Amino acid sequence: MIEFLGEVLAWFGDPDSWIGPAGILNRLREHVQLTAAATIAAALLAIPPALWLGHRRLGGTFVVAVVNIGRAVPSFAIVVLFLPISIRLGLGIGFWPTFLALLFLAVPPMFTNTYTGVAGVDPDLVESSRGMGMTDREVLTKVELPMASPVILAAVRVATVQVAATATLGALVGWGGLGRFIVDGFSVRDNVLVFAGAILVAGLAIFLEVLLGWVERRVVPTTLQSRSDIVETVVA
Amino acid sequence: MIHLAQTTGGFFSWEWVFNHLDDIWDRTVEHLILTAIAVTVGMLISLALSLIALRYRWTYSPITWVTGILYTIPSLALFAFLVPITGLSILTAEIGLVSYTLLILIRNTVAGIDGVPAATVESARGMGYTNRGLFFSVELPLALPVIIAGIRIAAVTTIGLVTVTALIGQGGLGFFILRGLNLFYSPIGTTQIVVGTIVSVALAVIVDLSLVGIQHLATPWSRGRAAA
Repeated sequence: MIEFLGEVLAWFGDPDSWIGPAGILNRLREHVQLTAAATIAAALLAIPPALWLGHRRLGGTFVVAVVNIGRAVPSFAIVVLFLPISIRLGLGIGFWPTFLALLFLAVPPMFTNTYTGVAGVDPDLVESSRGMGMTDREVLTKVELPMASPVILAAVRVATVQVAATATLGALVGWGGLGRFIVDGFSVRDNVLVFAGAILVAGLAIFLEVLLGWVERRVVPTTLQSRSDIVETVVA
Repeated sequence: MIHLAQTTGGFFSWEWVFNHLDDIWDRTVEHLILTAIAVTVGMLISLALSLIALRYRWTYSPITWVTGILYTIPSLALFAFLVPITGLSILTAEIGLVSYTLLILIRNTVAGIDGVPAATVESARGMGYTNRGLFFSVELPLALPVIIAGIRIAAVTTIGLVTVTALIGQGGLGFFILRGLNLFYSPIGTTQIVVGTIVSVALAVIVDLSLVGIQHLATPWSRGRAAA
């Protein structure tokens, strides 16, 4: 075991592991870029309708159904399923099937968490805002949105970490990213590569979780922080 | 790239499904067994850790911290960590699957027990319940709805993650998804991907509903009061 860990360390110490198109730095760049692209796209798709529906308190049953089914859909299956779909759409292998799968997986939790955050704002508070003469739009932007902001931020954090985790599986459908080391390591039975890849992938996920959690605590007023407990989390 | 050019014909073949019903059944059973082992072992470990956390409050935060890190590690990476140690075995799959159940189960067990009204605990003590009797006859039954809510999440999550274990030679229904991946350019491949996905989702829904039923039977006093 000590010997094995020595080999893993030696792999990390080798400059060749870091540079070039198949090096750690390039794989990390690919991984982070795809994660950012998919998370931002999912946020743009999910958050505006969720804000509006949450504001109207419409579609609660639908939201519960989405949460329950969303958890039951295996992310591995979705990544694989989007490969033939992407090919049939003429988008090929690699980036697109991974991107579309990540989008598909990130939109539901982001939508439902935002919805729950807005719809869960104390009705008395909304009522008094209206009583003070706020317009519909002001109630949403000046009361509901700030009150729901911790939940929305937590939803973005959870989605980002989930997307980064699932992006690992993109290596199975021809995408690069850090998952490449694990998948390639499996296929050539190179345990050092597998283990090193696992360290990189797990390190990135934990780093993102800690970083975004820290940003959240800095941005969200302490009085609102406990509300983020209701956020749905998913393992990828 | 030659494969891509051959992407013709249908997406789904009923013929394949009818010819492989036995196969699908066997993999479904395997899937359920892998899930049942993981959730059962996860429940035992979580119960032990929850008891420790309830007895010694200061341990709760480190316990959730460690299980939270396990929960954050992507599944493929967690299995990859274990492969050099425990090989491409069912043990590797189960260690990974159990790890993901812990955070949810411990959180819900502790929250459930904490949620038992203090007045109820007081009255039970007044009636002469000892610590152990109090826990097993009063606190645990009253915490059941919250604990079962945790078990539902853990079971549904595990059913999804079992598919990933196909990559380390296990997998239940994930077997079809992985084989479909290797044949993605043909209807035989896409059919297997779709079958693996749909049966796995159906399994999750059925298990989830069964657990709701069990909760209904196990907590007769809460019927009609607590929704879900």
